[in-house]
Amino acid sequence: METILFLSPTEAGSPLPKNALEALAATKQLADSLGTTFSVGLWGDAPKADDIASCGAARFFAVTGAEFAQPRYATDAAAAEALCRAANATIVIGPAGSRWNRVLAGVAHRLGGRADSHVTGLSASDGSPRIARWYYRQRMEGILSRTQRPWVLAVESGIVPAWHGEPGTAVVEAVSCTPPAPRSKVTGIESPAADQQTIRPDADLLFVTGAGWTKKQPDGQVKTAEAEKLILAFLRLSRASLGSTKSLVDLGGEGHATLPFLTHMNQVGQTGSTPRHAKGLSTCCHGEEPHTVGWRFVGERRAISLDPNCGWARGKADVLYVADAFAVMEKVNGLLARKAGG
Amino acid sequence: MPEYQIVVCGSVVPDPLQTLEPVSGPAGPALKNEMMLPAWLDPWAGHALYEAANLAAKNPGSKVWLVALGPKAKLQQSMMTLAQKVPFELVALDGSASGFTDAAETAAALAGAIQAIPGFDRSKLLVFGGWESASRGAGATMQIVGEILGITDQFQGVDGIEADGRLRILERIEGGRHQVSVCEAPPALLGWATGNLPEPRNNPQVGMANMRTIMPVLQKAKPAKIGAEGVTFHSVSLPKQSRDTKVVKDLPTEQIAAEIAGWITNK
Repeated sequence: METILFLSPTEAGSPLPKNALEALAATKQLADSLGTTFSVGLWGDAPKADDIASCGAARFFAVTGAEFAQPRYATDAAAAEALCRAANATIVIGPAGSRWNRVLAGVAHRLGGRADSHVTGLSASDGSPRIARWYYRQRMEGILSRTQRPWVLAVESGIVPAWHGEPGTAVVEAVSCTPPAPRSKVTGIESPAADQQTIRPDADLLFVTGAGWTKKQPDGQVKTAEAEKLILAFLRLSRASLGSTKSLVDLGGEGHATLPFLTHMNQVGQTGSTPRHAKGLSTCCHGEEPHTVGWRFVGERRAISLDPNCGWARGKADVLYVADAFAVMEKVNGLLARKAGG
Repeated sequence: MPEYQIVVCGSVVPDPLQTLEPVSGPAGPALKNEMMLPAWLDPWAGHALYEAANLAAKNPGSKVWLVALGPKAKLQQSMMTLAQKVPFELVALDGSASGFTDAAETAAALAGAIQAIPGFDRSKLLVFGGWESASRGAGATMQIVGEILGITDQFQGVDGIEADGRLRILERIEGGRHQVSVCEAPPALLGWATGNLPEPRNNPQVGMANMRTIMPVLQKAKPAKIGAEGVTFHSVSLPKQSRDTKVVKDLPTEQIAAEIAGWITNK
């Protein structure tokens, strides 16, 4: 019989975020499928379990202390390890996110187990858990099981609806943990100003810009300034999240004129992100495989390109508009502005 | 000026422009014609290597090692290009770099190779690597390498480092932001995202200097037995990804714009 533990860091004064509630729901589903119970383990400054008191967990554990407030390897790994040992867990499930992803494999190593991240499916077969995850940057999907325990997992967001239920009063068992004296400290967060933040994970639409925006246009001129204006106006009007191809981002590093608001953080694909959005619109991009592997979890896909034989035409987009993106996006912006103006 | 021993871990992966297809092999899943696929150093490990060389150049007395894992022939193939980029000393491990191997087994081999580096000094040690690979893509290997080496100052998704004895490190976090951390001193482990450096241009002089040591090291590459003990793959398949693309040509710009605007705003 498996002993399942849902594990998550917490932030003082904040409820568990959506990705954690999704991982909690996935944990509950797996426990139900295996015919077993599950426990909850939380750590942080002042972890509270009352918001999820009715989730059906058999036990609640918590590591508490000011030193566990910072998202930092040494203290996060120590807390997670202590919680896993307290629960005697054989399956440990946490939400994919920078904090859990940073430590899960290290925690598994300490416990003599194994870890798998980017889990996109959890199921039970013949009483044993199986997971689905992707290999070679979302090019192929594997379904696997393991004999090693504990099996420590990071579940991707968006694979099950978030758990929701009535708050209550959780009886929390305190778990003792003495981490090593920290040699690192988090000193801050760097983020673009709110009006310059172009990465919006919760946006419905992913808007991708390719290198074509900075190439010579049919009149022989490079129109980077106009491209910048059109793209930023579209982002403002649509509230889309901005993605980019590697080639466009790299231009900046190579000293070419490019779009100043793009960084490697915007990069989607083989060496970039694999965001999850309901819709994606690609512009001035060839739709080659190293970029489009980053579109694996984008639902409806449309593209604007001057090349009717580009990668998007070969089964990678639902609709390819063979057109000049400068002209189209100017009109789109006009329509969106009119709609916004009522 | 501090001196660092910077050890970069990386494996070889297939060229991303190649078509990849899974097949069943005697030891589990593999890639069709895997040995025929052109290979190069994993891209994120490549970024780590360029950042390591940049940091070493700024801190005289520092040195960069590349602990590279892959079948010997593939390592040799990737070194032909890589050796011309930045100065490093190669430590070669002749073993599987398949995405279907286990991160723990890979990490054990890498950590063992690091510990065997002559003059290994933990007080100067910075272990670099990609935060994920383009093969397994788990982000697990580097964490385990750090655990085996006893390094609990670990950073993942790193895009920047400033080092003046203390280390100021930028890590990617959610929402396009960076978390800023300060680590008192080495040892530390950094799993790099893309960093901020462009790919260095080929430098034949660097290439010649590197290749003098790389070829003998490759000849004597230590075999590393790496698999996926305890793992059962029930299936590995390509996604049904092909869409029935509608190619719209010769439609007036206004009409295309109206279609797109309607599609965007239709929830």
